[in-house]
Amino acid sequence: MTEHLSGGDMLIRALQDEGVEYIFGYPGGTALHIYDAIFRQQHIDHILVRHEQAATHMADGYARSTGKPGVVLVTSGPGATNAVTGIATAYMDSIPMVVISGQVPLAMIGSDAFQETDMVGVSRPIVKHSFMVRDCKDIPEIVAKAFHIATTGRPGPVVIDVPKDTTDPAITAPYIRPESVKMRSYNPAVRGNGRQIRKAARALVAARRPVIYSGGGVIQGEASAELTSLARQLNVPVTNTLMGLGAYPAEDRQFLGMLGMHGTYEANMAMHEADLVFAVGARFDDRVTNDPAQFCPEASVVHIDIDPASIAKIVPVDVPIVGDVKSVLTDLLAEVALLLEKEPRSADVLNSWWSRIDVWREKNGLNHDLKPEPGKRILPQLAIQTLYKVTEGKAYVSSDVGQHQMFAAQYYKFAEPRRWINSGGLGTMGFGLPSAMGVQIAHPNETVACVTGEGSFMMNMQELSTCLQYKFPIKIMALNNQALGMVKQWQDMQYGGRHASSTYSDSLPDFKTIAEAFGHVGLRVDRVEDLEPAVREMFDPKNKDRLVLLDVWVDPEEHVYPMSIKGGSMADMVLAKAGEGKE
Amino acid sequence: MTRRAILSVLIENEPGALSRVVGLFSQRGYNIETLSVAPTDDETLSRLTMISEGDDATIEQIIKQLYKIVEVVKVQDLAEIDSIEREIMLIKVRATTGDLRAEIKRTVDIFRAQVVDVTPETYTVQVVGPEDKLRAFIASMGDAKILEVVRSGATGIARGTRVLSV
Ligand SMILES: Cc1ncc(C[n+]2csc(CCOP(=O)(O)OP(=O)(O)O)c2C)c(N)n1
Ligand SMILES: [Mg+2]
Repeated sequence: MTEHLSGGDMLIRALQDEGVEYIFGYPGGTALHIYDAIFRQQHIDHILVRHEQAATHMADGYARSTGKPGVVLVTSGPGATNAVTGIATAYMDSIPMVVISGQVPLAMIGSDAFQETDMVGVSRPIVKHSFMVRDCKDIPEIVAKAFHIATTGRPGPVVIDVPKDTTDPAITAPYIRPESVKMRSYNPAVRGNGRQIRKAARALVAARRPVIYSGGGVIQGEASAELTSLARQLNVPVTNTLMGLGAYPAEDRQFLGMLGMHGTYEANMAMHEADLVFAVGARFDDRVTNDPAQFCPEASVVHIDIDPASIAKIVPVDVPIVGDVKSVLTDLLAEVALLLEKEPRSADVLNSWWSRIDVWREKNGLNHDLKPEPGKRILPQLAIQTLYKVTEGKAYVSSDVGQHQMFAAQYYKFAEPRRWINSGGLGTMGFGLPSAMGVQIAHPNETVACVTGEGSFMMNMQELSTCLQYKFPIKIMALNNQALGMVKQWQDMQYGGRHASSTYSDSLPDFKTIAEAFGHVGLRVDRVEDLEPAVREMFDPKNKDRLVLLDVWVDPEEHVYPMSIKGGSMADMVLAKAGEGKE
Repeated sequence: MTRRAILSVLIENEPGALSRVVGLFSQRGYNIETLSVAPTDDETLSRLTMISEGDDATIEQIIKQLYKIVEVVKVQDLAEIDSIEREIMLIKVRATTGDLRAEIKRTVDIFRAQVVDVTPETYTVQVVGPEDKLRAFIASMGDAKILEVVRSGATGIARGTRVLSV
């Protein structure tokens, strides 16, 4: 017997049928029928944030740490526009998300009604797809399609705009959940082309200076194990993008660190000198390639990606393979095994390549004399190292955007995928705390740390209130350099040290008191000898169930190095201040 | 090397689909020279024809990006295959004297165009053909004063048995 449900009830039922556990949202007029439907059921919990942007980042953190789509519910007009930044953030990093926005009733659309915004139009360039509900009976099918599109192929956010009258409790329709979703115009590739895979395998086995360059796609595609096997099978060095950290264990001998603008010397040099760049689930972002015309001059390029439009978009590719990275890498592993069986290769074919890499490694671009000598200011890098040490590398770490983000990426050695949660593509300040909340709700018994800067933190610190309401015991490490540090660094390097609107040291709040005012534990440290005890205090068992904010006053003069030289190749890097050791 | 692409696109006949296609071009900085769109014999589909210009890599990107739009069902570059391109132009010219009228009429015949509206002062001519023919017609109007030009944007179809369908 088919049930008859109102649009509001149907929407929630459809979410339940998709396996949704949480909705992150904020109510308002056009969403109230839906909110009432949430109130009248027990299967899905609603998490009330304090700003819609935070709802999207929270859903995003939930999605990044679990692989499941995050679900957001906002009202029309300002509710919807507040969600835009979070949608764009998810879009740039290909995060599966379904955003439900209230809309004015159908008959009022286009009349500039109260709280009317053309959400489908506003969000069009930053969604994978969007729907507007025109009849409540279409809701089950629209929801099924939205989840299908958000989670398959190259994942991304999908908006469902819901005019208020389509959720009217007085109007019901039969609830019929589609058994499967079929769309003639949407059929993402899965298996890679066999001939191309054989070609790629031969190229990888034959290469004498290969580098595996892997990105967020390996994490999204759950292909970390396959990538690791492939690298180990052939003893190939691996570098990860900012989005790809954790796909390959960072403490492994074959790992070169992150590449790109603030990548390690060895990773960027190995790319530049490689004879084969083996790219997996990465998109040759400008923060990686530097000048594409000077990119990896001696390398042929294999590129595996689920999105055909990512292939050959920035640099020419010799062996393109479109497909799900996990499936392609599985086929590739078999192919490589076959090749090695036919023609065993000696274990030392890559020895001379590794000895060159070892020479680059000796430059030790990340060693900035981090010894905690009393009297010295706290170096932000040391704060991250201490966090790594105290959490034994096992925390989920979300970050905001700026210098602290790069330090976290460089010094926290991620051993597993989905542990490093950061806005790589859009670089959204304000992402850190709410995304950590999404991670924490998905992993209630895990340690979740948020590395933030005082600037980014102030963009969404109202969420401390949400954290109290739902008892999220997040550990926030705020690297407080009393400035928009990354902006200031660029001004130091490119604008003669003129700090236009990047400092505010005379007007910063006391973050310890702020944490306390929101009902949490606040700590502050400014002497290097107190750093490790303070970090240990954060994670002390007595604070296990408490949110702790540690305000770390770091050396405001510190820059992030290495840094690539604009307009150069990947080999052009500055390794330390004042051009010392410049290559 | 830039070249001209005639992109023939089948899209789901759904609200919003066209704006996604047009939005893609402005969002990614691709140029559109002409755009025409209308329903097909299959009422669930619309067919769009766009003329764009770019080097091979750009055109390849445009096609890939078009395919990423969920409602796009098929894309074909008609410039890459044996195809027919047609556009309608309506052009209003001053035709005040007998000499002028005769000369315009001669040109109309040469181009196998048609005079579709006549007033004591003007002729309105309909020209059908690929873009270069329309341009040649405009150029050949010479002394006649052109008052208004309206073009439909190109459409096209493959020659022979080849069809673009789902
Ligand atoms: C929403 C937003 N606005 C502006 C920027 C540009 N921006 C990048 S880093 C940065 C400074 C960040 O300051 P803070 O959070 O204190 O981090 P720090 O660099 O000092 O570690 C700014 C303003 C951005 N990324 N996001
Ligand atoms: Mg700062």
